[in-house]
Amino acid sequence: MSDQDQADSGEVPMMQKLLDNPFLLLFLGVASPALLYLVWGLAEIFTIPVR
Amino acid sequence: MATTTFRTCPDTGLKFFNSTENLLKANAVAAVVFLLVGGLHGLLVGMTRWQAVHLLGAEDFYMVLTAHGLNVLIFWIIFFEIAVLYFASSVLLGCRLATPKWAWAGFALMVIGAVMNNVVVLQGNASVMMTSYAPMEAPPLFYLSLILFAVGALIGCFVFFGTLVVAKNDKTYEGSVPLVTFGAITAAIIAVFTIVSGAIILIPTLLWSLGLVGEIDALAYRLIWWAFGHSSQQINVSAHVAVWYAIAAILFGAKPLSEKVSRTAFLMYILFLQIASAHHLLVDPGVSSNFKMFNTSYAMYLAVMASMVHGLTVPGSIEAAQRARGHSAGLFTWLRKAPWGNPTFSGMFISLVGFGFLGGITGVVMGAEQINLLVHNTLYVPGHFHATVVVGTTLAFMALTYWLVPVLFRREIVMKGLAKWQPYLFGLGMSGVSLFLMGAGTLGVPRRHWDIGFAATGGITHDFPAAAYTMLALNGLSVIVAVIGGAAFCVIIVGSLLFGRKLGDQKMSEQWIADPVTDEEYSANGGSAFAIPGTVVLAMVFFVSFALYYFINWKYLAETWGIS
Ligand code: HEM
Ligand SMILES: [Cu+2]
Repeated sequence: MSDQDQADSGEVPMMQKLLDNPFLLLFLGVASPALLYLVWGLAEIFTIPVR
Repeated sequence: MATTTFRTCPDTGLKFFNSTENLLKANAVAAVVFLLVGGLHGLLVGMTRWQAVHLLGAEDFYMVLTAHGLNVLIFWIIFFEIAVLYFASSVLLGCRLATPKWAWAGFALMVIGAVMNNVVVLQGNASVMMTSYAPMEAPPLFYLSLILFAVGALIGCFVFFGTLVVAKNDKTYEGSVPLVTFGAITAAIIAVFTIVSGAIILIPTLLWSLGLVGEIDALAYRLIWWAFGHSSQQINVSAHVAVWYAIAAILFGAKPLSEKVSRTAFLMYILFLQIASAHHLLVDPGVSSNFKMFNTSYAMYLAVMASMVHGLTVPGSIEAAQRARGHSAGLFTWLRKAPWGNPTFSGMFISLVGFGFLGGITGVVMGAEQINLLVHNTLYVPGHFHATVVVGTTLAFMALTYWLVPVLFRREIVMKGLAKWQPYLFGLGMSGVSLFLMGAGTLGVPRRHWDIGFAATGGITHDFPAAAYTMLALNGLSVIVAVIGGAAFCVIIVGSLLFGRKLGDQKMSEQWIADPVTDEEYSANGGSAFAIPGTVVLAMVFFVSFALYYFINWKYLAETWGIS
């Protein structure tokens, strides 16, 4: 499934290794929104000064 | 063991393991049933908002709107998506499904949750809309039903991941998984984040409705709920993009223009599609503009670009394949010669165009913090998402179903004449719904509102322009066309499953499946797989419409809000 030039050289490039690893992708896909959206957002909400 | 026997499809050569096949059937049938239930509720909603008809009373309206949102947005879509996941893993990789028993347990939980939810909502005490914003309170069984459904769906996701492992261990494929499976992996990853977020917010809310927790913070509820509500839409986007690629490959033998580019675009989805949940909080005080802008831009528009990449490469790969097969004259012969009478193609193409032009452009506009204020919480919002999740996702799933009935259920489609027209009826009707709701929203008509004349509100009045009433009437007419199209789909599919001619080992009568275009064919017919001038022209039209519409909205904002 890789592009021609890579198939020839035998070495699997970094990026393809990432794309071929569903569990690493799963981790990234959960961590990214958890940090950027949930944690960042909740941090702002819970640091709103009360009164 | 029963789980390891399979049949080979005479049309496609795909392997269907018994256990997978039965689960695919069960999930697909459940999906269509909930689409029918939800669509009929949509009819009642549309007929109530048409002020001259004003079908339901206020109480019933909010109950029916709640049932509509949940049945179509959650139940129809997710049952179908579980089927897509099992198909993209077990069938496309040619391996048995991991733990069919768990898959059935997940299915059972989903059915129990969905039925229970309908019963609770239709009893009338849970008209809290699908978003169920705390401190608005529903009976505990309402939250419990959603939790059961979500747990069932989560089990389905893990069966999918398990099946990837089975395929890898059994070495049923070489190298990387096919692109369609990669799209399904994207959908499943987003689904895990979605469902976990749902659990984080719905479990405490359940405890609160039971009186075990004192209070739910309204803003924190909205923030976490939308991690669930918005991300679930991005499962849909990933899944229907995977379906587009699949249909391009099935009907045209099209090879993706570049595996690398398409997979990288899916990676952008995995990383950044879900954070745009923040566009639901654009008018909430309490979260900063930095938070809003970074997140609503899908990380500086990286994930928006990914959608445009898919929107370009899918028709582009079809164009390249068609040209390679000889339809190479002029700019658009390849498109004219496409099988417009095949609902799998017409449905897929209307889905692509509608999603891009109607859904995509309006979504980006609405997601910009400043111009969002023009339309926030108006009917513009449902207008936008009926273009994305109905014209886009629902129609793509319908298109795939026309192909699945003969291939999976081994039944010939019945009422072929009607089937030919169905995507046009549904697509056009729904585009009308989408446009006219957006029209009414632009004139300021609120969403989720029983009566824009403010009847029975004890003296509150507001005069909307007459055009707003016209928009709602035109919407009502479009609703009727769309519902006829939607009902036609359900009738054709259920009819085919019950009465369609059994195909057995025979091939289907129309040859709707093309052999993959070979490299020789690509090069023999005027060059590379990148010769796609027609698609480039379409993309230009898209960009010009996009830019114009974007700036028109800024102009409109400037007029609404004079700067002095
Ligand atoms: C024949 C089909 C359909 C018709 C006639 C229809 C009509 C409508 C109308 C008029 C509204 C706006 C209500 C308001 O805010 O006052 C609405 C809301 C909505 N529709 Fe549809 N729709 C249909 C199909 C679908 C499908 C297939 C989906 C999802 C896959 C969907 C998802 C939603 C959602 C999520 C809402 C918002 C509910 C809320 O505000 O809580 N609809 N629909
Ligand atoms: Cu959203």
